Amino acid sequence: MTVESAHPWMANSTPEAKAAMLRKIGAPSIESLFAQIPEDHRFRGTLDLPPALASEVALKRHMLGLLKKNADCETNLSFLGAGIWQHHVPAVVDEIAGRSEFLTNVWGTPMSDHGRNQAWFEFCSQLGELIGLEFVGLPVYSWGCAIGYAVRMAARMNGRREVLVPASMDPERLDVLRQYAEPEGSAGHIAVVPVAFDAATGLLDLADLKSKISARTGAVYFENPGFLGVIETQGAAIAAMARAVGAECIVGVDPISLGVLAPPAEYGADLVVGTIQTLGVHMSCGGGAGGFIASRDEERYAREYPTLNISIAPTVNRGEWGFALSLSHQSSYGMREEGKDWTGNSVYLHAIAASAYMTLMGPKGFAEIGERILQRTAHAANLLGNVKGVRPRFTQGLFKEVVLDFTATGRSVSAINKALLAQGMFGGRDLSDLPGFEGCALYAFTEIHTAEDVRRLATALTEIVT
Amino acid sequence: MSPAPKLYRQASWHEPVVMALGAPGRRGLLFPAVESEVAALGDTASLVPASMRRRNAPALPEMTEHDTLRHYLRLSQQILGMVGISLFGTCTMKYNPRMSEAMGLRPQMAALHPLQDASTLQGVLEILWNFDNILRALSGMDRFTFQAAGGADAAYTHVCVTRGWLASRGELGERDEIVTSIQAHPCNPATAAAAGFKVITLPLEEGGYPSLDALRASLGPRTAALMIGNPDDMGIYNPQMKEWVRLTKEAGALAFYDHANFNGVMGKIRARDLGFDACMFMLHKTFGGPKGGGGPAVGAYGCSAELEPFLPRPLVAKRSDGSFALDVPAHSVGKVREFLGNVHIVMRAYAWARGMGAAGIHEASDLSVLANNYMQKGLSAIRGVAVSNPDVEGPRMEMTRYGVGPLKQDTGIGVVELGNRMTDYGIDAPWLSHEPWVVPEPFTPEAGELWSKEDIDTWVAVVAKVCEEAYSDPDLVRTAPHHAAIGKVLAEGCEDPARWATTWRAFQRKHGDAARQAAE
Repeated sequence: MTVESAHPWMANSTPEAKAAMLRKIGAPSIESLFAQIPEDHRFRGTLDLPPALASEVALKRHMLGLLKKNADCETNLSFLGAGIWQHHVPAVVDEIAGRSEFLTNVWGTPMSDHGRNQAWFEFCSQLGELIGLEFVGLPVYSWGCAIGYAVRMAARMNGRREVLVPASMDPERLDVLRQYAEPEGSAGHIAVVPVAFDAATGLLDLADLKSKISARTGAVYFENPGFLGVIETQGAAIAAMARAVGAECIVGVDPISLGVLAPPAEYGADLVVGTIQTLGVHMSCGGGAGGFIASRDEERYAREYPTLNISIAPTVNRGEWGFALSLSHQSSYGMREEGKDWTGNSVYLHAIAASAYMTLMGPKGFAEIGERILQRTAHAANLLGNVKGVRPRFTQGLFKEVVLDFTATGRSVSAINKALLAQGMFGGRDLSDLPGFEGCALYAFTEIHTAEDVRRLATALTEIVT
Repeated sequence: MSPAPKLYRQASWHEPVVMALGAPGRRGLLFPAVESEVAALGDTASLVPASMRRRNAPALPEMTEHDTLRHYLRLSQQILGMVGISLFGTCTMKYNPRMSEAMGLRPQMAALHPLQDASTLQGVLEILWNFDNILRALSGMDRFTFQAAGGADAAYTHVCVTRGWLASRGELGERDEIVTSIQAHPCNPATAAAAGFKVITLPLEEGGYPSLDALRASLGPRTAALMIGNPDDMGIYNPQMKEWVRLTKEAGALAFYDHANFNGVMGKIRARDLGFDACMFMLHKTFGGPKGGGGPAVGAYGCSAELEPFLPRPLVAKRSDGSFALDVPAHSVGKVREFLGNVHIVMRAYAWARGMGAAGIHEASDLSVLANNYMQKGLSAIRGVAVSNPDVEGPRMEMTRYGVGPLKQDTGIGVVELGNRMTDYGIDAPWLSHEPWVVPEPFTPEAGELWSKEDIDTWVAVVAKVCEEAYSDPDLVRTAPHHAAIGKVLAEGCEDPARWATTWRAFQRKHGDAARQAAE
């Protein structure tokens, strides 16, 4: 098969280039260069692919035709969160993350790619300030994967194969954690044990934690704010209970909250994980997911990281600093199956975006966004609680998310969401898969929402449920 | 005629770490004040339980919008980043069509939430479905998932699916070994071990690949899977692969094809035709997605109908009315990552495949193999450079491994110094080799279908030039780079707990005086 004309993405797709290269090789044909592949391995049929759209004109028309079949969160009013959140992405962040030098390449030497290494170090440094820790690895695939890796780090450190998690944990992240913890019957199985929470406050039930924690517990994991939007006030007590049995305390955070919430290291977190999607990364239907792992800068932690890590380092020029990989030999690149879990591509471009975002924000930006989200969440819980039959399950200490209980309306979450959709609104995540939350949905409110948006939601809900 | 290599000079901004920039009170981003009805709820401090309030503001830089932009633009100018020529082997460097990048920023892609009602995601689901079908055509497999966020994550997906398949047969824990080769990418043994399997690694023998006898000896009632790539990074295609798969299946195990090196065999072979149960493709390399310095990426994992019920959830389904929905496979192993994966990268890969078409994809594998053998002619003529596996005759696939062992012996200049000096000519340093190094002082270029004959000529001419310099003026090469933004980094401290610092606050604690100076 041949293409009809030279292709814009293939420089040597001209007869002249091919002929010249074959001449130099001394081969009669391109086909002859595939001599290593036995004939009975070859596929000689016709590839059943849709027709080529080699012109950008035609391809753009086709792609737009597909994308326009989506309804997005800019045209519609969305209250979806639960792991991916709609925050404002500054135009400057798109400009920076879209630069060819960041976008296209893999990596070079510490000298040739100094700029990217510095941006990575700045990502780790700024995140370290927000969470209050000194050792921050380069990002991992997602928050859920970060939990999985951190739990495995703890298991390697203390040899224990049990992690305690809140029963209110996000089922999505829990699914990922269970994968990393290996199923029963697998050689490295880590038991994932749910700890009850207080039905009135959403806080972890310390009595239940006490009954479940033991010398077998390798790690205790909780989130702040929790999946259900509640700020966990007992962080110090939970961390102390973990420490008392020799377990690691792992805290999951959404860094966008850390201008107003205490850095987890302050209340005793040993390892901190979380999302970086909220730091200037588009949702992209979940493609914006990204996670991180951090800890105190102690060898016992550092030597268990599965991530690539970037360290500042001197150069041959006095007073000048560059950056280089740190502890890379302990990764799977260095030690294959003896390495710390596995390392590969991650979401390093998101780290560039997040670095630029944190720079734009500064301490005042984080304080301001945190305050606005606290206010808007409280306002939404208050206003929506006035809708007949709608009850916020939790009302105190909420950040960004509110559980709305629709049971008293007699209408299912899916029916309500369908009715909202007809009015151009995306209702909250249906919580029916979380035991005890049938008839409930999780609504997210961020800096992009206005009081008018929430009133519009309240009005629509009032119409729907009456 | 090779063009004479020209020296390049990188921007050198002496740009401080951002933590040392800015001035108190400056702002880069403001947020709208809340309306009076929202403010009426009271003091924001009252909204955070006292024990959880942040007391000290984070020590972040305070920068304007413009200063932030300039800082990161300066950093970008201190990245060579494929603006010259990058033949970074095993990664298949491609142009990332900017139309797809523009599509990715449109709200119909960027502002989608993964939990939206399926009726509002029909375009995205159709793209996933269509691209699944394209990969089925290219592999012969029955179903693909895009949840894995990279090639290594797709290998991980395979070991998770293997666990599910074994459990369904009552063999989890019984079959606990995974066989691979020393030439297989490290992610194969590493993910196998992380999923609870023991790893058996076969050594290379005659012809450049492990022998069938070694494979036979490794297989048995404990074998869960074979995880293997072909061709390898030497450009050698193992012609016995069908027999490998047959023996693996005969032993009752699954055969997984790591198709990382797909570029030279696209349209030429199909994994399922060779008998494999599963395979993976990297959309951020073979299918034109951006590398991003290491993701966001996609490892597309495909499998036979037998394994489909075990795939991670959810999967896109096409209904009889032509609409698309999300289904949960009957025996799904759960999730390897949240939601549907890096959907925006799948969108780019789909656009790439449509832009290429069947003939274009064939042409690309043709040109990849043509370019590599053309390059090999040039590189093998250079004094100091050795071609791997000299006993293997005939053309190689889409890449070939070389070594500068002879150059090192003659001049003391090894491949790291070679790469550093190449950057002085505006050429990204080449990929060397995964560990362990089988070839002394290895490097592995891959031209693919992107780079022109002239680019390849330039690249070869630069290697020749630097090798000449190594013989005539080894110090010039040893002390390179000379034209980069900074001098050579002294990285020994990065392995020393007393000196490594992955954050500014660790740097300040461990290198107080130096940190203060660096901030000036």
